[in-house]
Amino acid sequence: MTRKVVITGLGATTPIGGDVPTMWNNALKGVSGARTLEDEWVAKYELPVHFAARCSTPALSVLSRVEAKRMDPSTQFGVIASREAWADSGITEIDPDRLAVAFATGIGGVWTLLDAWDTLKEKGPRRVLPMTVPMLMPNGVAAAVSLDLGARAGAHTPVSACASGTEALHLGLELIRSGKADVVMCGGAEAAIHPMPLAAFSSMQALSRRNDDPQGASRPYDLGRDGFVMGEGAGALVLEAEEHAIARGARIYGELAGTSVTADAYHITAPDPQGLGATRALKAAMFDGRIQAEDVVHVNAHATSTPVGDKPEYTALRASLGNHLDNVAVSATKSQMGHLLGASGAVEAVLTVLAVYHRNAPLTINLENQDPEIPLDVVTSARDLPAGDIVALSNSFGFGGHNAVIAVRSI
Amino acid sequence: MASNEEILAGLAEIVNEETGLAPEAVELDKSFTEDLDIDSISMMTIVVNAEEKFGVRIPDEEVKNLKTVGDAVSFIAGAQA
Repeated sequence: MTRKVVITGLGATTPIGGDVPTMWNNALKGVSGARTLEDEWVAKYELPVHFAARCSTPALSVLSRVEAKRMDPSTQFGVIASREAWADSGITEIDPDRLAVAFATGIGGVWTLLDAWDTLKEKGPRRVLPMTVPMLMPNGVAAAVSLDLGARAGAHTPVSACASGTEALHLGLELIRSGKADVVMCGGAEAAIHPMPLAAFSSMQALSRRNDDPQGASRPYDLGRDGFVMGEGAGALVLEAEEHAIARGARIYGELAGTSVTADAYHITAPDPQGLGATRALKAAMFDGRIQAEDVVHVNAHATSTPVGDKPEYTALRASLGNHLDNVAVSATKSQMGHLLGASGAVEAVLTVLAVYHRNAPLTINLENQDPEIPLDVVTSARDLPAGDIVALSNSFGFGGHNAVIAVRSI
Repeated sequence: MASNEEILAGLAEIVNEETGLAPEAVELDKSFTEDLDIDSISMMTIVVNAEEKFGVRIPDEEVKNLKTVGDAVSFIAGAQA
């Protein structure tokens, strides 16, 4: 019999809240974390996009200056979320050899890398900081979290673009089921609101250019959607073997019942228009968790607000859930906090767990003219989820054709 | 050219910036590694910042000889002379 895995701790720092209670409260109210960027580099480099969704609580208001000094901003966010999740779990004693880390990022230490390159060009090699390599490496966040918690059962960094955070949960589940760990700190972190990634995502026409209305720019499923809004931050979840959680009398939010990862093998960036890879991922996660379509009451969709991305996800949901999809409350939370890239799956997992635990679905904002080709029941006003045994799904898809899905079941 | 007292104060400021240690903890007889718990990566950062602040060059092979704060102050004073 496979080991049951439950969620016992949650942490987050996001554009709509610097901790889980604030984020959740805002997610139920429906707020936008997007703002016009005041940085001089927006005009200096004539960026076509003038806004993004920054973390509402700056990392330096949580970490000390010296702590932050050795961490890329993405790692700072990851450590902040991980500490909140760890405190929330109430774990006071653990065998370090049974505690693992699976903390993802999409891009890694892009600020550190580009700052160091600027320093090299302007001041020469001697001024390039000796901490540059450990700060820019994508596994830096998993390593920092492992150091922070004293976790010795491996520190892993799944990297699959915008599916990374969800893939971290997939890995965490496997580590516990296979008996390699009893507890895994899972999560995702990203800090890429830097002129270069903004320019690069703009070049591929992926970002919204609604410069005169940043808060209305992320509008998944709306006919007026024109791209995603860059966000930043981190989400963290403590996964724990059920017997371990019960033995210590832990508060259990829900069960991570099933996960899956598939690849499109279709195109490096374009989603398969038929959503075949996403469909396989949805079906595999449901099979993994022994879930029937009728069990599913809520989906936290990937829904980035790009013209081409939102529809194949609908196609995949329809193929996986059939007619029952009409009874499923779908939330597109990127409408509120933008797209946190490699952190998005982790933050959306936190929201999905809370939706199941509190039986409330978070809101989708900016949906004024729903695309008739995407006839989903989108949650745009306060919505309770039903009593009884329920399941919620969270999808993440990434450039490279990565598809990852998690299924959370009520306890 | 700075006096030894000025060099010590400047070094203490650099150490504080890098490690958070109180400037008054940075005394001439303190060992960087044993007493101040400064690792090799922080030491390199401190060296490069000291080079910029005092307008001197501290060769990499010299850094291992700078065991105490006093060693660093003497080296910088000598290099400035």
